[in-house]
Amino acid sequence: MGSLAEERALGYGGLVSDLREVYESGRTKDLEWRQSQLRGLLRLLREKEEEIFDVLCEDLGKHRGESFRDEVGSLAKSVEDKLQNFKKWAAPEKASSLLRLIDSDCSQPAATPLVAFPATAFVMPEPLGVVLIFSCWNLPIGLTLEPLSGALAAGNAVVVKPSELAPSTAAFLAANLPKYLDSKAVKVVEGGPDVGEKLMEHRWDKVLFTGSSRVGRLIMTKAAKHLTPVALELGSKCPCIVDWLDSNRDSQVAVNRIIAAKWGTCAGQACIAIDYVLVEEEFAPILIELFKSTLKRFFTKPEFMARILNKKHFQRLNDLLDDPKVASTVVHGGYFNAKTLSIEPTILLNPPLDSDIMTEEIFGPLLPIITVKKIEDSIKFLKSRPKPLAIYGFTRNEKLKRRIIEETSSGSVTFNDAIVQYGMDSIPFGGVGASGFGQYHGKYSFEMFSHKKAVLKRSFLIEFMFRYPPWDDSKIGLLRHAFRYDYISLFLALLGLRR
Amino acid sequence: MAEAVVRELRASFTAGRTRPVEWRAAQLTALVRMIEEKEADISAALQADLAKPHMESYLHEISLAKASCKFSLKGMKSWTKPEKVPSAITTFPSTAQIVPEPLGVVLIISAWNYPFLLSIDPVIGAIAAGNAVVLKPSEIAPATSSLFAKLLPEYVDNSCIKVVEGGVDETTDLLEQKWDKIFYTGNGTIGRIVMTAAAKHLTPVALELGGKCPVIVDSDVDLHVAVKRIAVGKWGCNNGQACIAPDYIITTKSFAPELVDSLKRVIKRFYGEDPLQSADLSRIVNSKHFNRLTSLVEDKKVADKIVYGGQTDEKQLKIAPTLLLDVPLDTALMTGEIFGPYLPIVTVEKIEDSIDFINSKTKPLAAYLFTKNKKLQDNFVTNVPAGGMLVNDVALHLTNPHLPFGGVGESGMGSYHGKFSFDCFTHKKAVLIRGFGGEATARYPPYTQEKQKILRGLINGSFIALILALLGFPREKR
Repeated sequence: MGSLAEERALGYGGLVSDLREVYESGRTKDLEWRQSQLRGLLRLLREKEEEIFDVLCEDLGKHRGESFRDEVGSLAKSVEDKLQNFKKWAAPEKASSLLRLIDSDCSQPAATPLVAFPATAFVMPEPLGVVLIFSCWNLPIGLTLEPLSGALAAGNAVVVKPSELAPSTAAFLAANLPKYLDSKAVKVVEGGPDVGEKLMEHRWDKVLFTGSSRVGRLIMTKAAKHLTPVALELGSKCPCIVDWLDSNRDSQVAVNRIIAAKWGTCAGQACIAIDYVLVEEEFAPILIELFKSTLKRFFTKPEFMARILNKKHFQRLNDLLDDPKVASTVVHGGYFNAKTLSIEPTILLNPPLDSDIMTEEIFGPLLPIITVKKIEDSIKFLKSRPKPLAIYGFTRNEKLKRRIIEETSSGSVTFNDAIVQYGMDSIPFGGVGASGFGQYHGKYSFEMFSHKKAVLKRSFLIEFMFRYPPWDDSKIGLLRHAFRYDYISLFLALLGLRR
Repeated sequence: MAEAVVRELRASFTAGRTRPVEWRAAQLTALVRMIEEKEADISAALQADLAKPHMESYLHEISLAKASCKFSLKGMKSWTKPEKVPSAITTFPSTAQIVPEPLGVVLIISAWNYPFLLSIDPVIGAIAAGNAVVLKPSEIAPATSSLFAKLLPEYVDNSCIKVVEGGVDETTDLLEQKWDKIFYTGNGTIGRIVMTAAAKHLTPVALELGGKCPVIVDSDVDLHVAVKRIAVGKWGCNNGQACIAPDYIITTKSFAPELVDSLKRVIKRFYGEDPLQSADLSRIVNSKHFNRLTSLVEDKKVADKIVYGGQTDEKQLKIAPTLLLDVPLDTALMTGEIFGPYLPIVTVEKIEDSIDFINSKTKPLAAYLFTKNKKLQDNFVTNVPAGGMLVNDVALHLTNPHLPFGGVGESGMGSYHGKFSFDCFTHKKAVLIRGFGGEATARYPPYTQEKQKILRGLINGSFIALILALLGFPREKR
């Protein structure tokens, strides 16, 4: 551990080495401790709910309905799930160790070499140690506390760095996490990119980063210096394929859900928000009309939609419509209010595919609709583009569903709804390719911050002489029998060759 | 050159060549055939590269490679099937599943010490998972490298599985390309370079690195058996040049003399009076490593601690099994990974101190303990972080395909073997399927008080809230 002196010299060195000491003391490995932390998180969510709604409203203009649905409510359920299951997850898991002497499919026996017989084998989950979680500004509570609950359930000491772009939430976390959790083992570090850089100068046992690809690259490059394993939850353009829907009811339900997943989720500023829609050219006008009428019904008051994070992002979104070739394709909305940083729900029909709005992640309330001749063409469209975090499809066609699953690649696929996969604990959440790597939620959050240590135990009792030098052909012959599971020879070997 | 290779593989992958389970099975079956038909050639290559005894080649490389192929062939059908998982009440009605899919085009960089196994094993996992693969065997084991370059195209689908030979330049060229995963076996220095290169493309990596694998030997053991296992795990594994070979021993001051005596006897038994003449001992891979190793014991304060062995033959690149006792802890021998036939013994007052000693160093790839004492066993398993561990034996855990094999901390990230190899090259895609029923208007704006109440109940798992939500409460005025 000679790098302690180095660690102190860099910024946050004291923080890291203190946490290492706390971790080495065994405090966080204790199951009672982990339980108390998870309970603390639940209490925080319950007792401070109003304050959480307040800070989310301050930072993002989120309505409490949205905040409860997407951050507080689902989070509480998830922490509860961890509380109930973490002991099971932390227990050693037996692995098969005996070679299967009688195999039902006798042609290819399971391969556990005889020389390792007999043995007890199990996998022992252990915490990685001292971990760092970078959160993002758009779901500032959820994206901090969900991984935090996993890291704690797994027995780690944790540093959390909330995004400075959601300052009220960051301050809230800095003030309250020490009150509800063990402040010696869980720390909040506030600040901007320079703070993030300084933190990454140190070695961590794991880093989870949620944010942009650009910063993701920087994080991974810095992590490589220390061989710190990382998980990156990055952005992407999540497409929504809308098949021809015959019934009016189906179309209405689809539109409801798409609206909720675009404008009802942080005004489209979410990694799993629907970025754009793919639809057959004949169905597009029907869809657009439905969007218009439903949007009017849903967003009766401006407070029901979150605002844009800040001037910079507001300007970025504004600039997407700069190009007259893009602006001319707006079929609904388009009103930008720089004073309140709000943009009304805006729909575009077939903006040029090489425009910024179709090449960059929109992360805002602008929804391009791209038409195709037949809906199956959308699969080819997706295959030529970077792998997104989520692909959505609204369809009753089982063949189309199968093709989407088998022929496209994405973090996840959801049919006939959107965003809801985020709140589920039984399926992993994470990207692939350009949308990142590493998965969490539910048990996966526990595993993300664990090492599964393989343990094999033998006795001194049975020894196979042919394992040891000096080696000659007869020993090799015996081994061949062993590896071919020649049971007669095995039996003879056991009898004749003990010690 | 690397760019052209990747482009071709990407085209093959996009065309869907590697997806059908039949194709994957055909490749693995061909690999089994290759191993069976070319066993003599493989053994000869290993002999040329490392003077590896035929027995070691068979035991540690050939048979394990074949077993790995067969295990994957057998398991593949179930591994590739989507796994149904419980769905949530909040998305009722819905079904959820996890669908495994290949990552795409992957790069596997192998090592020189088990050049056959460490190349084939990850390749097997990548193929089983449906990927297109580039294998870059180590240039430090040139006979095995060229054997792969010659053999693989004869047995497997060359449009999807390629061998690229070469050294630093070729590897750098490969690392500049965009891969869907990079799997590297080797040392931490290069591991860092690999991860840094991968970061440019946001490519996930698996790094199988090394470390100093400690062996704790308690006095409460069947010593005769213990030393045999330690000896074969150290000198019977490429003469100590193995990532999971015991690096050093820790025992009590009082037990050390007996342990040293026993080790001396077993070395004599295994390798004779003059181990340099034994055909059962691998040589050091090249002169660079030979010099690296001999310089570790040059310093008098280290050389003085040799209690057995120490003979070297520079022409043959051979070093005899060597025991050292209580070498000063600040020497290179005691701080860096030895990767050779030197076995230092560290002594402590009481055996429990060995746990703190191990934990004061970086996390090893493997840790070993010899004892009959259950309490010590439990202490060890619970309190020593390591990639993997064994009680009362050495190295064997890697032969169990049901155990994940990989490091933690400095010893690496990611794991493989058995199904874990398949998982290493797979993306577990979550798929949620809903219908158009179960429409809960409570989700949508305008967010009224009543809606929030129902939503709260629903998220908290209340069945009544679910019914109310599905029945369309609260009713809205249209």
